[in-house]
Amino acid sequence: MPAPIRLRELIRTIRTARTQAEEREMIQKECAAIRSSFREEDNTYRCRNVAKLLYMHMLGYPAHFGQLECLKLIASQKFTDKRIGYLGAMLLLDERQDVHLLMTNCIKNDLNHSTQFVQGLALCTLGCMGSSEMCRDLAGEVEKLLKTSNSYLRKKAALCAVHVIRKVPELMEMFLPATKNLLNEKNHGVLHTSVVLLTEMCERSPDMLAHFRKNEKLVPQLVRILKNLIMSGYSPEHDVSGISDPFLQVRILRLLRILGRNDDDSSEAMNDILAQVATNTETSKNVGNAILYETVLTIMDIKSESGLRVLAINILGRFLLNNDKNIRYVALTSLLKTVQTDHNAVQRHRSTIVDCLKDLDVSIKRRAMELSFALVNGNNIRGMMKELLYFLDSCEPEFKADCASGIFLAAEKYAPSKRWHIDTIMRVLTTAGSYVRDDAVPNLIQLITNSVEIHAYTVQRLYKAILGDYSQQPLVQVAAWCIGEYGDLLVSGQCEEEEPIQVTEDEVLDILESVLISNMSTSVTRGYALTAIMKLSTRFTCTVNRIKKVVSIYGSSIDVELQQRAVEYNALFKKYDHMRSALLERMPVMEKVTTNGPTEIVQTNGETEPAPLETKPPPSGPQPTSQANDLLDLLGGNDITPVIPTAPASKPTSAGGELLDLLGDLNLTGTPAAAPTPASVPQISQPPFLLDGLSSQPLFNDITSGIPSITAYSKNGLKIEFTFERSNTNPSVTVITIQASNSTELDMTDFVFQAAVPKTFQLQLLSPSSSIVPAFNTGTITQVIKVLNPQKQQLRMRIKLTYNHKGSAMQDLAEVNNFPPQSWQ
Amino acid sequence: MMRFMLLFSRQGKLRLQKWYLATSDKERKKMVRELMQVVLARKPKMCSFLEWRDLKVVYKRYASLYFCCAIEGQDNELITLELIHRYVELLDKYFGSVCELDIIFNFEKAYFILDEFLMGGDVQDTSKKSVLKAIEQADLLQEVGVGRG
Repeated sequence: MPAPIRLRELIRTIRTARTQAEEREMIQKECAAIRSSFREEDNTYRCRNVAKLLYMHMLGYPAHFGQLECLKLIASQKFTDKRIGYLGAMLLLDERQDVHLLMTNCIKNDLNHSTQFVQGLALCTLGCMGSSEMCRDLAGEVEKLLKTSNSYLRKKAALCAVHVIRKVPELMEMFLPATKNLLNEKNHGVLHTSVVLLTEMCERSPDMLAHFRKNEKLVPQLVRILKNLIMSGYSPEHDVSGISDPFLQVRILRLLRILGRNDDDSSEAMNDILAQVATNTETSKNVGNAILYETVLTIMDIKSESGLRVLAINILGRFLLNNDKNIRYVALTSLLKTVQTDHNAVQRHRSTIVDCLKDLDVSIKRRAMELSFALVNGNNIRGMMKELLYFLDSCEPEFKADCASGIFLAAEKYAPSKRWHIDTIMRVLTTAGSYVRDDAVPNLIQLITNSVEIHAYTVQRLYKAILGDYSQQPLVQVAAWCIGEYGDLLVSGQCEEEEPIQVTEDEVLDILESVLISNMSTSVTRGYALTAIMKLSTRFTCTVNRIKKVVSIYGSSIDVELQQRAVEYNALFKKYDHMRSALLERMPVMEKVTTNGPTEIVQTNGETEPAPLETKPPPSGPQPTSQANDLLDLLGGNDITPVIPTAPASKPTSAGGELLDLLGDLNLTGTPAAAPTPASVPQISQPPFLLDGLSSQPLFNDITSGIPSITAYSKNGLKIEFTFERSNTNPSVTVITIQASNSTELDMTDFVFQAAVPKTFQLQLLSPSSSIVPAFNTGTITQVIKVLNPQKQQLRMRIKLTYNHKGSAMQDLAEVNNFPPQSWQ
Repeated sequence: MMRFMLLFSRQGKLRLQKWYLATSDKERKKMVRELMQVVLARKPKMCSFLEWRDLKVVYKRYASLYFCCAIEGQDNELITLELIHRYVELLDKYFGSVCELDIIFNFEKAYFILDEFLMGGDVQDTSKKSVLKAIEQADLLQEVGVGRG
C-alpha cells in the first residue's frame, strides 16, 4: 500500500482544480483512500490523514468519519498526533456529537501529563469546547492547575476555569480559594487571564462581587497594578505603540467597572486612577483610544463624581472629531448610552453629532440619527428638524421608515406651532411617503382634525402635493381624507396662510377619481378616495350628479370592500337621502384616549372615522368640543354628560343587499357649525360595543323581568314609555327600550331622541326603528338604550326630543326622574 | 467574550474558523455564509464595525484576507482590532512576512498559533515573545517526540 499523500501535496493538487466538479472528484477520491486507511487501523499515517480531512472539512466537505480517528490520535503518545487530534476534536467534535464524551478520559490523563505542552493542549481543548458533563468531571483538575506555580499552565487554567463556570455556574465556588493570590503574579499572561476569571465570577454572582469588594479588597489591588502599568517605563515585551500592555489595562478597567457599579466606596477608590488614565493616555493611535474608550465606559457606569463624568463626555466629544471613523462610531454608540443620564453634557456636542448625519458610513449614520432624535428638545426643534428632514431626503431606504417615525414623534412633542407641525408632516409625506408606517396615517388625520384653524391651508397643501404624484400611499390616504372633509374650503379659495389656489369641484373630483382608477393605489387607498368622494356630495353643490355616478359605478367593483362601500353610499342617495347631510357632516375634534378612568368622560361610540378595515381607527371617543358644548348648555346641567348617541352597525347585511344598519339619527338640526356629529360610516365589522360587559351578551338573555315600565314623557300628544330589562350576569347594565307614540292627527317626522346621563354612568343609544311617529297611535318608534351603572347610583336622565309636526320644527327638553328602583339598584 | 473568528479571502473562501460557542455544523455554515456576504459587501471607506444579528462584528482586511471577529455587546471593539492585529503580527513573525498562501498550506499551524494566543474567546498571553516562544518549543517537541505521560 503506497503511503498516503502528504497534506501539502493534497492541498496543492486540490488547488489546481479548475472547476467545482473537478475539485469534488479529487476530494472524493482522497476521502475513499483515507477511509480505507482508517479501516486498516494504520497508526503511522493516521495523523496525516486526519490533517487532510480537516483541510477538506474547511472547504465544506463532510468529515464525520474522521471523528473517532481524532480520539485515537488524542490517545496516542506522539505529540504530533496529539496536536492534530486535539485540533480535529475542536473542529469536528462539538458537544452535540455522541463521541464527545469519550474524550473526557484522554483529557484527564493529559491534564496530568509530565509535559506542559500536552497539558496545555488538554486545557485548551477543554476550555474551548468542553461540554457541561466534561466540565463537571474535570473541574477538579483545572482547579489544581490553577494553583500551580507554572505560569504557562496557570494562565491557561484560569481561562479554562472561565469556560467551566460558563458551562456549570454552580462550580464557581470551588475556584474561589485558588483566586486568592492570582493578582500577585508578575507574569502578564497570568494577570490578564486572572482578571478575566475574576470578571466572570463577579458578573455572574452578586455574592462573589460583594466578597471581592469587601474581603479581598480587589479594587486597591487593581488600582495598584494599573498604576504600575501607566507609570512604568518602556517594557518591550508588552509594549504596543508606546503603551504598556493595553490588553491588560482594558481588562482591568472593565473589572473596575463591575466593582464600582452601584458602590460608592469602590467608585471613590478608583476615581483618581480613572482620571489619570483619562488624561495621560496617548491618543494618536488606536491603542490609546481603545483604553480611553474603556475608561469612558467605566466612568459612566460607576458612581463617579460629576467632574469625572464631564471629562468622559469630553473625551467622547473629541472622539467625534477624530479622523478615524471607527473612533467616531464608538463615540456615537457611547453617547447614545449616556444621553439619558447626562443630557446637558451631550447637548454641547450636538452640532458635531448632527454633522455625522452626513457621514458616508451607514453604521455611523444610523447611530447619529438615533442620537439626534434623543437630543431634540423644545429649544432646538426647528434647527434639528431642518437637519433631520434633509437627512430623510438623502438617506438610504433602510433608514427612512425609522427616520420618519422619529420625526413624527419629535414633531408631536415639541412642535412650536400647529402650522409648523403640519408643514413638517407634509414634508415627510412628500419626501418619504412610501416608507411611513401604517399607524402614522390615523395619527396624522387626528392631528389635522385638531388643527381647526388651518384646515383650509392643510387641505390646499395636500391637494397640491398629490396633484403631481399620487403614488405614495400614506400621503394619498391622508390627502384623500382631508379633501373629503374640507373640500368645501378648498374650492371656496379661503386660505389665509398662503395664496389660495383656484380649483373647481370638478378638478377635485378628477384627482380623486384618478386615485381610484390608478394601479398604484392600494385597496385601502381606494377606500379612502371613495369615501372622500361621497363626503363631497354634501360639501359640493354643482357636482352631486357626478358623484352619484361614480358611486354607482363602484357598486359593481371586484374589490369587495369598495363594492360594499359603494352599495351603501348608493343606498344613502336613494333611500336615506334625508340622513345624508347629517351622516356626512364635519368630523368633530378627536381626542386621543389616553386613560380610561371610570370618572372620565369617555364617549366611545364605535368607529368614528371612515377608516378602511385594515387600519386601526384613531382612538375613538369624540369629546364634546366647544361646539358640542351647545348640547351641554341645552341640557342645562354641568353634571350631566351629553351623550351623542350613535348606533354601531349591529346587523349584518342581509342577502337582499339591504343597507347595514345605519347609525341613529344624529340630526341636531340646523347649522353645520352646530354640535358636530360623529359621521359614522357604516362598518362591516362587529360593532365595538361601548361596554365590554355587554359585548358578549346577547341582548335579552337571562333577564330579570318584572321591572315596571314608566312613562318618561308625555306632552303635546307625544308619549314616550320606558321598559326595562336587566341582566343577571351583569347587574350594572340596564337595557331600556323606549317607545314613542303620537296621539295627534298628524305624523311626527324626522323624530330624533337624545339622552344624557350623569358622569358616573355610561350610555349607548342604538338605532331607532324609524324616524316617523305615525299619528293616531297607529305605530311607535322603538329605540334601545343601554346604560352602564357600575356605581349603582340612582338613574337620572335628561332627554331632548326634536321632530317636525304640523309643518313646524318642534323641540323639547325634559328630565326623567321616575326610574323605578329595580332598574338601577 | 468572542464568539468566533473567521478568516476568509476576497473570493469568499474560508481559510480558518474558530468557534468559541457550541454551534451545530449546519448553523455554522449558515452563519459563515451570511457573514461573509455582509462583510464582503462593505465598501473600503466604511468603519470596521457592524451589527449583525445580536452581535457586534469587528473585521479588518490584511492584503487578500479578511479577519473577522464576532464579539458580544459589552466587549470593546477597539481593543478587538488590536487583538486581530496582534494575531497577524504573530503569524507574520512565525512565517516570516506571512501571506495568504502560508495560511492555506499551513492552516494547522495557524490554528496552533491562535490556540496559544486565545482560549475560550479571550487573550491568554499579552506578550508576543511569550506566545512565539511557546510555539517554537512545541514545534521542537514534535520533532523530538515526547515520552510516556
